[in-house]
Amino acid sequence: MTSMGSPALNTVVFAAFVIITLLVVYRVSNRNSTTADYYAAGSAFTGPQNGVAITGDYLSAASFLGIAGAIAVHGYDGFLYSIGFLVAWLVALLLFAELVRNTGRFTMGDVLAYRMRQRPVRAAAATSTLVISFFYMLAQMAGAGGLVALLLGVHSKTGQALVITVVGVVMILYVLVGGMKGTTWVQIIKAAMLVLCAVLMTVFLMGKFGFSISALLDEAANNSARGELLLEPGGKYGKTPIAKLDFISLSLALILGAAGLPHVLMRFYTVPNAREARRSVVWAIMAMAVFYAATLVIGYGAAALVGSEKILASTGRENSAAPLLAFEIGGTLLLGIVAAVAFATILAVVAGLTITASASFAHDVYANIFRRGRTNSADEVRVARRTAVIIGGLAIIGGILANGQNVAFLVALAFAFAASANLSTLIYSLFWKRFNTTGTLWAMYGGLSCCLVLVFFSPLVSGAPSSMFRDVDFHLFPLTNPGIVSIPFSFLCGYLGTVLASSDRADRAKQAEMEVRSLTGIGA
Amino acid sequence: MTEVAPSPMAAWPAEPAAFGGIDRMPRPAPRNSGPDFARIQNSLEFDELRRRFRGFVFPTSVLFFVWYLTYVLLAAYARGFMGLKVIGSINVGLLLGLLQFVSTIVITLCYLRFARRHIDPRVRQIRSNAGIADT
Repeated sequence: MTSMGSPALNTVVFAAFVIITLLVVYRVSNRNSTTADYYAAGSAFTGPQNGVAITGDYLSAASFLGIAGAIAVHGYDGFLYSIGFLVAWLVALLLFAELVRNTGRFTMGDVLAYRMRQRPVRAAAATSTLVISFFYMLAQMAGAGGLVALLLGVHSKTGQALVITVVGVVMILYVLVGGMKGTTWVQIIKAAMLVLCAVLMTVFLMGKFGFSISALLDEAANNSARGELLLEPGGKYGKTPIAKLDFISLSLALILGAAGLPHVLMRFYTVPNAREARRSVVWAIMAMAVFYAATLVIGYGAAALVGSEKILASTGRENSAAPLLAFEIGGTLLLGIVAAVAFATILAVVAGLTITASASFAHDVYANIFRRGRTNSADEVRVARRTAVIIGGLAIIGGILANGQNVAFLVALAFAFAASANLSTLIYSLFWKRFNTTGTLWAMYGGLSCCLVLVFFSPLVSGAPSSMFRDVDFHLFPLTNPGIVSIPFSFLCGYLGTVLASSDRADRAKQAEMEVRSLTGIGA
Repeated sequence: MTEVAPSPMAAWPAEPAAFGGIDRMPRPAPRNSGPDFARIQNSLEFDELRRRFRGFVFPTSVLFFVWYLTYVLLAAYARGFMGLKVIGSINVGLLLGLLQFVSTIVITLCYLRFARRHIDPRVRQIRSNAGIADT
């Protein structure tokens, strides 16, 4: 199977995106020499701007290509992802956005360490941030390889490695030149392109079916190997009782994990106050509701017009559903645009992850753990930039090594980590007076290690045809998603750590300060 | 709260006013004395703010979580029900899924309204009592 459309045109559209965004990044960036500028864009973005940027940071290639493909092939079960990814934002809106904005300055560690012993808690927060960002990034970069093969007609491994390197270098440039301000503008441009593209495809598809959802569904069912069952749940997760449990575990991780993703939390610091943070989430929810509703139509549209067999036979399998559909309805030009949007998505998400990981290392580890807060802003930014280059390099190497591997599960895993380590500690430290340092460490490391151990002994790693190691079988845990066990386990660890370490008294004065500050912004 | 009578809010020491350069002398008082957080935390106004805030966000969080979980459980274990056709080929599953979208947007708008009416004015009040300008 060869690539689709015109690789030359796809490359040109993508190159145009890169050049335009690099110009924008260059124009908007001042020198980014202070931590407030580099990490938080001087907190000068408005709520609506940040809301669109959050949308850009959050909607990865997995959301766009993956969900549309899952709906086209597996039917209804793909739609369940859309719902989980969207509803998850209520956690951020109701429990986190404003309080996190008021309490911290640059990183998740700022919030968690606020009233705890600084060094151990910051170390834990940085560990969790780096682990989550790394897993998430690996999934994005590995996806880039597949996309290259599909859209640019690059099939040799060396050629793909070269393109992955170019993607990585452009991403590092965004972060180094633009800091948070430049990266935010990349997110805004990308989100606008992505949502617009999805909406246009949706309107076009609906028009083709006389604006009747029912007609679209009928045609999709007719054209699918699964027939009528395409419209019912169970296509992907309904085969065995274990698969059903796995699906519930995944759903829990999706809805509880989004608000704990470090790169999402960090976006709340780019606005001046809690009210703007609230507006950010409201805008993000509205934009994402439109986008995820569109994925439903695009997914079923791909099933109707392209057909699931043709999708599965193509180079990118499920991931090629949306591009194939674009080609079907808009020819090479629309395909070129969709290809560029998909690339832009990977670039922007990886840039957001890189700046978050580098900020966490420079701010939590270097400035507060190594230097115990005795460092200046310029020095910290220097470390952050160097870290960004190193992380970018690791992402390139990881992306090349993981190219061709099935690593889509890493995204779900990153959500499970976030739900198991960050959600519990953030909720406890914002709302539970007695919560102490021991509890924070137990919840964080308990949740993280529970996730890691369960994944290591899961069918993801061994004992199944799709495992990483197919020839050995040491799997003990039947589910591929650890959330259903690890999330409650983390909450339990946090509770036990706090209650059992009674000598480790919560700091009353700091607790008062944090609570007042989180709700009113006094002192922020 | 063991505090019996909250002190009058207006009495909080804010930035000490400087009269005609009297305090040009380097002040020994540390700058980090800042607002009296313990006092604010124990004030009636703050207690009311926290009560209102938690009174909305906790039940609402439980509500949407349970509603989402119900939906997920139905999708996993009640496939027949989810597959029932309602209008044309549109089935119960699709409608419930779209209802999740609707409920998310409705909760978002309700929270926005609630925060504007009940949170923002109280935050403004507490901030001005503490002598801090609203941003």
